[in-house]
Amino acid sequence: MSTKTNHFPWNHLIGFVLSIALTLLAVFVAFNTDFSKTVIVWVIGILAIFQALIQLFMFMHVTEGKEGMINVVNMVYSIFLALVIVFGSIWVLTSGHAAMH
Amino acid sequence: MSLDEFFVTGDPLILASQIAIGLTMIGLIALITYLKRWKWLWNEWFTTVDHKKIGIMYIISGVLMFFRGGVDGLLMKAQTSRPELEFLDAQHYDEIFTTHGVIMILFMAMPLLIGLMNVVIPLQIGARDVAFPKLNALSFWLFFAGAMLFNVSFVIGGSPDAGWTSYFPLAGKEFTPGVGNNYYAIALQIAGIGTLATGINFVVTIIKMRAPGMTWMRLPIFVWSTFITSIIIVAAFPIFTVALAYMTLDRLFGTHFFTVANGGDPMLWLNLFWLWGHPEVYIVVLPAFGMFSEVIATFARKNLYGYKSMVYAVAGIAFLSMLVWVHHFYTMGNSAAVNSIFSLTTMMIAIPTGVKIFNWLFTLRKGRIEFSTAMLWSLAFIPCFTIGGVTGVMLAMAAADYQYHNTMFLVAHFHYVLIPGVVFAVFAGLYYWWPKMFGFKLNEKIGKWHFWLFVIGFNMTFMPMFFVGLDGMSRRMYTYSASTGWAGWLGFSAIGSIILAAGFAALCYNIYWSFRYASRDVGNDPWNGRTLEWATASPAPHYNFAKVPEVDRLDAYWYMKKEGNTGLKKSDLKPVHMPSNSWTPIFLAVVFGVVGFFLVFEWFTLAILASIGIVVGLVANSFDYDDGYHISVEELADEEREWRGDLQ
Repeated sequence: MSTKTNHFPWNHLIGFVLSIALTLLAVFVAFNTDFSKTVIVWVIGILAIFQALIQLFMFMHVTEGKEGMINVVNMVYSIFLALVIVFGSIWVLTSGHAAMH
Repeated sequence: MSLDEFFVTGDPLILASQIAIGLTMIGLIALITYLKRWKWLWNEWFTTVDHKKIGIMYIISGVLMFFRGGVDGLLMKAQTSRPELEFLDAQHYDEIFTTHGVIMILFMAMPLLIGLMNVVIPLQIGARDVAFPKLNALSFWLFFAGAMLFNVSFVIGGSPDAGWTSYFPLAGKEFTPGVGNNYYAIALQIAGIGTLATGINFVVTIIKMRAPGMTWMRLPIFVWSTFITSIIIVAAFPIFTVALAYMTLDRLFGTHFFTVANGGDPMLWLNLFWLWGHPEVYIVVLPAFGMFSEVIATFARKNLYGYKSMVYAVAGIAFLSMLVWVHHFYTMGNSAAVNSIFSLTTMMIAIPTGVKIFNWLFTLRKGRIEFSTAMLWSLAFIPCFTIGGVTGVMLAMAAADYQYHNTMFLVAHFHYVLIPGVVFAVFAGLYYWWPKMFGFKLNEKIGKWHFWLFVIGFNMTFMPMFFVGLDGMSRRMYTYSASTGWAGWLGFSAIGSIILAAGFAALCYNIYWSFRYASRDVGNDPWNGRTLEWATASPAPHYNFAKVPEVDRLDAYWYMKKEGNTGLKKSDLKPVHMPSNSWTPIFLAVVFGVVGFFLVFEWFTLAILASIGIVVGLVANSFDYDDGYHISVEELADEEREWRGDLQ
């Protein structure tokens, strides 16, 4: 496939800058703030998800090409299922009379 | 372990089966040797990677397992036909309803559907095979190894006896110490690997191997339903794999995932089981819906009404299928919030299902309906399945379910869903695609006997169960007293089951009769079909299509026929690349079976030694550099001339 263009790779630049910024932010939160450990872990976790999304869209181009749509649907559905299975199970097994054993 | 613990002893019925199995096996081996068919079997069937032959092997196994599961059913019906009968004792009855359930769902419905999917899907999308032919063979042989391991339990070691759901704590070592439930955990694990691989195979096949021009909205509806089914397989089967692995650890190595003591939670098993178990219901019923759609459109001589809404309905059912699992155990004592949410999601499934029912009815409307046997099954499906669906909505209401839960009402409900939904579909599919598999039709007259006996027998058998269920009979009761007043209903039901069995016998006779006497001159398109599988010869040649067809709309073959565009030019032919046979799938499956058997008996040293065979098989497979072979243009032209006459 020939996708040669003369455009400046803005996507890559923005992705690169954002990646560095997010990483530095994580370092800053971990070392230079007084939040409790739990909060720090949550913040880093959320930043990591953003980081992963940037990688997927800016560098790995999940939305492009013939299978772009399929990839996105696939990932969103997998994440949805994982959440349903994990949090659904926890909810079902710890509510109502079921919790009292 | 002494020999009389190893073999199941002390019951004349089982002794007779042991002798019968022994004699049948000796007879089969002697017959094959006498006919000098071993080499043929090995080359043409055991090592084949051809999706059509694999499909046929799935179907043969499915029919055999139908017989086994059916006999289990008849024994149960005999036992409950009169009050206080002592034909079976409680233990034996427990084992029989357990194996009946497991075999009918996992070793009858699944292989029959996967078999038809295997035969039809590559043909419908204009492909030469599935994406991974050797993996496909491995899928079949692993399923077969699992099925055989499970079946051997009733003569060696004892059958599982905790129900097809194998609820803990009953299924734990503490309450069922024998090897029976080990068979459940390990045989289903082995078969499950095969099913998971099938799911992956069909997802890739349908995404990657469609004929040029076959966009998503030009897929035949059976391909759509298979695609979505495969996605559910990939999503749901790993949950069962994990649950069975925990069960195996609990039973074989003394862990406490599901036990009552030491922090285990039996409800965790129910939760995981139904997280897989409910999608499993849709795994068997969605391809069936696809088959009905194909058959109804063909024999109503109309295109399928509401094709797009059909696709969205299938996708909607699949989406909801993962969100309803708790409705199988409302009575565990959940909070009102949990039960309400799951009641809602469950009732929502009735919406897309209703859309499908109306689509079928509108496809029939003003159609020129031809009452072939395949069509009769599809027509009978609609009212019978609707009874199953409506009683399902009754069960979906959590508050009401406290009355119905685990009664015969439930048993009647799921038989009304699964028999019309799956078994009728498989029959319709078999009559419809039989000529594509074998080059002759099943006899229509015997087919109608099959149909009427089966449908009448089915309704007689299962309709009374609704009433005894509402009258308080719980499921899995091996006997009852005359004072309950159920004897009339259950006696009627038992008579129905004999008629049902006669229907199945008519199918077997039909297969035998048609093999011997049916006309071999059916042409490539005996039903005036609409989709690509009818564009090639019957039976389909091993390369499927001499030239890969091009698709420009839905129901492609129908319009090719209209435009006189079905011929073949010799100049269009190119050599066809085909995969070679492989011995590794059947070898691996045999080793898996042997390792599984040793694990069932907890003979760990032997199991470890035998599992070296798995490594050997995998390594041998990695070093297999066979790139397949080519069929030359001349060979293609010769084979095509046989049914087309001269090429253009």
